[in-house]
Amino acid sequence: MAATLKDATAIVGIGQTAFAKQLPQSEKELACRAILAALDDAGIDPSEVDAFSSYTMEETDEVEVAKAIGAGDVTFFSKIGYGGGGSCATVGHLAAAVATGQASVGVAWRSRKRGSGPRPWKNTAVQLPTPGQWTRPFGLLRPADEIGMLARRYMHEYGATRDHLFNVAMACRNRANENPAAMMYERPLTREMYMTSRMISDPLCLFDNCLETDGALACVIVSAERARDCRQKPVYVHSVAQGLPSQHHGMVNYWNDDPLSGPAWTAARHLWKQADFGPQDVDVAQIYDAFTPLIPLSLEGYGFCGRGEGAAFTEGGALEMGGRLPINTGGGGLSEAYVHGFNLINEGVKQLRGISTAQVPDAATCLVTAGEGVPTSAILLRA
Amino acid sequence: MQPTTKPATPPTPPTPSASADGLLLPVPDEDGAPFWEYTAQGELRVQGCAEPACGKLRFPPRPCCPHCRSFDSEWRLMSGRGRIWSYVQPHPPLLPAYAAQAPYNVILVELADAPHIRLAGNLVASADAPMNSVDPARLRIGARVQVVFTETGGMAVPRWILEKS
Repeated sequence: MAATLKDATAIVGIGQTAFAKQLPQSEKELACRAILAALDDAGIDPSEVDAFSSYTMEETDEVEVAKAIGAGDVTFFSKIGYGGGGSCATVGHLAAAVATGQASVGVAWRSRKRGSGPRPWKNTAVQLPTPGQWTRPFGLLRPADEIGMLARRYMHEYGATRDHLFNVAMACRNRANENPAAMMYERPLTREMYMTSRMISDPLCLFDNCLETDGALACVIVSAERARDCRQKPVYVHSVAQGLPSQHHGMVNYWNDDPLSGPAWTAARHLWKQADFGPQDVDVAQIYDAFTPLIPLSLEGYGFCGRGEGAAFTEGGALEMGGRLPINTGGGGLSEAYVHGFNLINEGVKQLRGISTAQVPDAATCLVTAGEGVPTSAILLRA
Repeated sequence: MQPTTKPATPPTPPTPSASADGLLLPVPDEDGAPFWEYTAQGELRVQGCAEPACGKLRFPPRPCCPHCRSFDSEWRLMSGRGRIWSYVQPHPPLLPAYAAQAPYNVILVELADAPHIRLAGNLVASADAPMNSVDPARLRIGARVQVVFTETGGMAVPRWILEKS
C-alpha cells in the first residue's frame, strides 16, 4: 500500500487576530497578522513558507499574502470551494503536499469581515442561475432559510425540538463564557432568552445562527519529523477527508434521495477508514456550527450516534464539559467567532496542546469538521 | 488541434430582474429554460431521460442522465399534485420586497408523480395571492397541494394551493 497521510504531518503553529463585529484593519492586513502570529508561534521564519491553502471565498489571495509576509518561492497553493465546507480541507491539502514532498512549510488561513462587510445573499447581481432559479424567487434567500428547511423536516421526522437546538446553542455559549477572546465572553445565554428571541427563519431563531464576525486565523503545517524541532508540542494530522455525496446539490440538497444524510456521512466514512481509532475514542470535538441543527446532523454523520438520534444525544449535558462529547470548546461559530470555521481548527490544536480556556483533561484526540450541508471536509487531530 | 468554432465572446451573464412587486424572477440557465417555457404554457414539466431503457426523471435539469449517461432528454408533464415535505418562514433581515411580506412561507413540495423531486415554492390562497396569504397555522408537513401559476414580469412562476379535502 502507498504511504498514508496518517500522522505524517503536524500543526505546529496557530495564530489569530481579535474577533469583533467591526475591526478597523482590512481583510488583507488581518490575514497577514494571523499568518505571522501562527509562524511566530511555530518559531518558523516567514521566508521558509512554500505552501498556502485557503478558501475560494477568501478575498486575499496567496500572491498577496506571500509577497506581504516575505515568503520564499512557493511550490504549492490551493483553494477550497463551498464556503465553510472548505475549512478542514485547507489543512488536508497542505498535509498532502508536505507528506508527498511538494512543499515543506504550509500555511492555511481565513480572513473575513463578515461582521462589518457585505453578506453574499444580499447581492442579487451575483445570484447564480443554478440553483438560484429554483429557490431564490420563492424567498429562500439566505443560508438560514435553506438550512431551516432541512431543520424543520429533521424535527418532524425524528421528534427533535427547539429544546434540542437550545442545548447546542447553550453548550457553545457556555464555552465562550470561559474564553476571553470570544465575542460572547461574559454574555450568558438562558433558555428564556433563547425561546423568546426573534425568529430568523422559523424554526431557526436568532441564537440558532452563527455570529457575524471580523477576524482572521491561520495555522502552520510541517512534516512530523520537522515538527519535533518546533517551538510547540506538535498536533498530528491523523486523518483527513473531504465529502461530496452522490447527487448532492450545495446547501439546497433537496433533490438527493436522502437530504438528511449529507456530506458529513461521506467525509466520515473515509475519515474513520484511515484512522487508528473510532468515534468512541474522540475526547473532544469541534463541529461546524453555522446553525445549531448542523450539530445533531453531524453527530449522526460522524458516527457518534445512530441516524435520527442526534437531537437526543444533546440531552443531559452531553455536549458540555464533563459530558459524553464536549464540543466547540472555544465557543464555536455560534459564540466565539464565525470565521468560516477556522477557529474550530485552532481550538482543536489548543485542546491537544492542553491550553484551551475550556480544557478537556488529557485530551489526546479531536475531531474537527467543516460545514455540513455543503461539500465538506474534516480532520482528526491527535496529540 | 482543430480551431474552435464557438464564438470568442463569452455568453452575457444573466441580468437579475424583478417582477412588478420587486420579487426576484427566476434567471433560467440553458438546462433550466424549458421548465420555464412550459410554465408559461401552464404546464409543470420535469426533465426525464429519453433513453427508453432508462427513462428516469431528474431535477434540477442538467445535460445528461446520472443513471445511464444518455444526453437525450424529454420534458414530462406532471399532474401538478404534491405534498409539503418541509417549510420555513423567513423573517427579516431580507431583501426589501421580501421583508414587506415577511413572515411568509417557503415550502418544499415533493411531487406526487416523483416523490424524490422536490420543488421549492410558496403556499398561497390563490394563484395571484401574496406569499403570506395563507395562515401559518395551516402549514403542515404532508399536506396535499396543487400547483397554480402566477404571471409576473413576463414569466409564469409556479405556486401551490392546498388541495381541497
